[in-house]
Amino acid sequence: MGETRTPAAPRGPKPPRDRPWIMRTYSGHSSAAASNTLYRANLAKGQTGLSVAFDLPTQLGYDPDHALARGEVGKVGVPVSHLGDMRALLEGIPLETMNTSMTINATAPWLLALYIALAEERGVDPKVLQGTTQNDIVKEYLSRGTYIFPPAQSLKLTSDTIVYAVENVPSWNPMNLCSYHLQEAGATPVQEIAYTLSTAIAVLDAVRDAGKGGSAGKTGDAGALGLAGMTAVISRLSFFVNAGLRFVEEVCKLRALASLWERLGRERYGVTDAKALRFRYGVQVNSLGLTEAQPENNVYRILLEMLAVTLSKDVRARAVQLPAWNEALGLPRPWDQQWSLRCQQVLAYETDLLEYPDIFDGSHVIADRTRAIADAAWSEVQEVERLGGAVACVQSGYIKERLVESNAVRVREIEDGTRKVVGVNVHTETTPSPLLATGTGGAGAILALDPEAEAAQVAQVRKWRAARDEGAVKKALDALRQGVARGDNVMPLSIAAAKAGVTTGEWGGALRDVLGEYRAPTGVGRAAGGGSEESLAPIRAKVKALGERLGRNVKVLIGKPGLDGHSNGAEQIALRARDAGFEVVYQGIRVTAAQLAQSAVEEGVHLVGLSVLSGSHMDLVPEVIEALRAAGATNVPVVVGGIIPELDARALEAKGVARVYTPKDFALGTIMDDLADLVHRAHAVS
Amino acid sequence: MPSADAPAGLPDDLEALADGIRAGERAAVARGLNLVEDRRPEARPRVAALLRALGPGRVDGRRVGFTGPPGVGKSCLVNALAHVVRASGATVGVLAVDPSSKRSGGALLGDRARIDSRPEDAGLFVRSLATAGHLGGLARAAPAATMVLGAAFDWVLVETVGVGQSETDVEYVVDTVVLVVQPGSGDSLQFLKAGIMEIPDVVLVNKSDMGETARRARLELLSALGAARGAGVASASVEVLLASATRGDGVAELKAEIERHRAAMLASGRLLERRVGGQVEWGLRELVRRVGEEGLQREGGEAAARASIEARIRSGGGAI
Repeated sequence: MGETRTPAAPRGPKPPRDRPWIMRTYSGHSSAAASNTLYRANLAKGQTGLSVAFDLPTQLGYDPDHALARGEVGKVGVPVSHLGDMRALLEGIPLETMNTSMTINATAPWLLALYIALAEERGVDPKVLQGTTQNDIVKEYLSRGTYIFPPAQSLKLTSDTIVYAVENVPSWNPMNLCSYHLQEAGATPVQEIAYTLSTAIAVLDAVRDAGKGGSAGKTGDAGALGLAGMTAVISRLSFFVNAGLRFVEEVCKLRALASLWERLGRERYGVTDAKALRFRYGVQVNSLGLTEAQPENNVYRILLEMLAVTLSKDVRARAVQLPAWNEALGLPRPWDQQWSLRCQQVLAYETDLLEYPDIFDGSHVIADRTRAIADAAWSEVQEVERLGGAVACVQSGYIKERLVESNAVRVREIEDGTRKVVGVNVHTETTPSPLLATGTGGAGAILALDPEAEAAQVAQVRKWRAARDEGAVKKALDALRQGVARGDNVMPLSIAAAKAGVTTGEWGGALRDVLGEYRAPTGVGRAAGGGSEESLAPIRAKVKALGERLGRNVKVLIGKPGLDGHSNGAEQIALRARDAGFEVVYQGIRVTAAQLAQSAVEEGVHLVGLSVLSGSHMDLVPEVIEALRAAGATNVPVVVGGIIPELDARALEAKGVARVYTPKDFALGTIMDDLADLVHRAHAVS
Repeated sequence: MPSADAPAGLPDDLEALADGIRAGERAAVARGLNLVEDRRPEARPRVAALLRALGPGRVDGRRVGFTGPPGVGKSCLVNALAHVVRASGATVGVLAVDPSSKRSGGALLGDRARIDSRPEDAGLFVRSLATAGHLGGLARAAPAATMVLGAAFDWVLVETVGVGQSETDVEYVVDTVVLVVQPGSGDSLQFLKAGIMEIPDVVLVNKSDMGETARRARLELLSALGAARGAGVASASVEVLLASATRGDGVAELKAEIERHRAAMLASGRLLERRVGGQVEWGLRELVRRVGEEGLQREGGEAAARASIEARIRSGGGAI
């Protein structure tokens, strides 16, 4: 491979090549068995690690037969409801050598417990297990939405997992500090680093304080955590970052994060061991910038984004997972994932990248930009500290408002063309793509899920419950409840529960009983919108005139039904609608169809807008329409936004949806105009 | 004037609507609120007719207003109180007022997100209103909306946008005003200056989980109230309570204090006087808003207008 060299190049001994990063693909769907087939196929193609995507019920601690799980089972990932599912998921995959990353947060202790229980069942010592539980709850409140418990209680669970893992599963990364989702929520590089480090402070303080007085169960004397303990903890914390298309800046961002992480560990926690302070991270490159229009261009975007996390040896990713070119259209097929994996393999195995030391060393351009980002980020970290730290700033909505504002700026820049997106707001002329030509309406270019998967999973979990020893389950759940209430470490209790046959929903239910549930601030209340004054003038006049005609201001309900927590789209629509002159009711994520109908009626809204990104739109949207009808809101038009394939959009329209918006509808101004027209037609024409 | 707009009999559909509202039917209450929000001149006779049909409100109804600076946890407290009231079997209507943007006229109505209402419980109803340019901390339609909710539910909780210099209108629409403050904010002096201390019937220090800071805030408020009383601008018996809305501590005590305040007003005959007085005050303002100062002079001046509005209200005509 790559043997041709210029004659002038010296032919010394072959330069030593660095080991490539771990190559993964974020995947999982339908059932544990179907996902296992996919994983084994991907490993056979040269993938070197696993990245497990869990479905939303699993992420939120519900069993597949829970009312709230309807339509969500096996959609955005694999359902893992008990130890039997974990067995099926990893069948034929050697746990002792595999490096498994699990994107799991609120229920991270439980999924790690199932993994450990499976290892012990197979006779594998947990001490050799390698992998990662994402376990960053702070960013769930800010961006991703799969939180369950209040912040303080959640941080205790995080801290438990870290304390337990450092001692008992020492090669495991018990937590990823996630800057990834902050960028997806619109964060600037400075905000991305700052709020990730603020999260790190909240977590590390919690671990340190747990070590002071808390109980870590029988796993060791965490009260004596001390410097050695803190060093061990810091050495096991890794990051999960994002990389966007401005890849030079992204290189600088990563170098800045590395230096600030080192500084934080040294200054705040007194850790001196250089190896422990090393910045280690995995990456999934940016999905936010992937386009639905001319989706083949996303291949270039993904490659360029990957450069940001691989070029600089000093801050090179330990593990890389790439999205697929068609993610803005729907779920990628195995072939789409293979295409992304090959991108990594070409860079790692065909190019000379891994033969060199850091190629940016000595560049004052890179050094200057790095310093500028680091300085600005550090002062924002200080600001968050001044405001009481990350948890206080989650509860007050401070960080969320900053993110919503940044995203509003990004949305406006794409809309007005100051931020160019090829194929979207510039160079939109295109020859019909042969990649999309298979099947009609793009239906052939994405993965179609088995519609029977949910029913099968429901039947399967019921069978599991019927076959186990109920006495042992009850005993394990009682012990879990009592232990968590006492403040014991949740991990040993969870491992015991996993072995007794407890289900994900039972574990989640027990912890909900003890710890309570939480709703995070939406961030849209006080955030500034991104629309410019002059561009807003015509729509404001239109909405005002319509309000006068209707007798009261035009009022809309923006709703997020289902379990999906990706609220960025709903937030931007809510903000822009407010700025266009609408009165906007927005209740945040995870609102049921019946609740949405109740809100629509009680608030007397003129229109309902729904946002669904989990792929469960075909279940959730008709359910909301039915609930609206049942509640008597028959003349309220319903519009829907999300990753919605063309065929589904037509089907939804047939079921009474007035408009379907997808990522290609980037011009919020046009959407606002539409909403006003729809309200006019439904309410002002008699 | 409004009374002249009202037709003699009530149209059938309004009769049915009023019945539905009195029965606490969700859809009917919502339609009644839609109607009283209607600003069109042609809607005014129907609004007046509906309010007359609903009557001046049940004497046994509780109407409580919540005011206080943004961020002190008013929504959270309203939520907590609503659930304590529901647990006692009584029904609750919540009116949550949020500010409109001056520039766009739009509004984000976010309080609903903090109030835990359930589709299967028709005894807890939440409506958000935007101020839509109305000053004083409430929306123009707030008094009429309070009447609609008061006809439908045992308790009406009105949450204002938060306190500024002049956002004290809530006293005209409720029987009891609860001022919510947060410990450690140094708010009490601000309130004295801003004239807010004249308003509250109950003062509540939220976030009592802050311990010593909360207890100190309570003492500061007691002394500020004492000074205000000395100057003759605060009611004699204002209680300062401690509560934590998120934990639910002190909420039952708040309910008891509201009941105590109401019982005292009822015993002294001040309850109905206050309701009438508030409606007169609001009616007068609305009149001025519509016809301006010059128009008021044409009507014979403020005193005459006030007397005419009061006579209409006492005869069951409604203020609006």
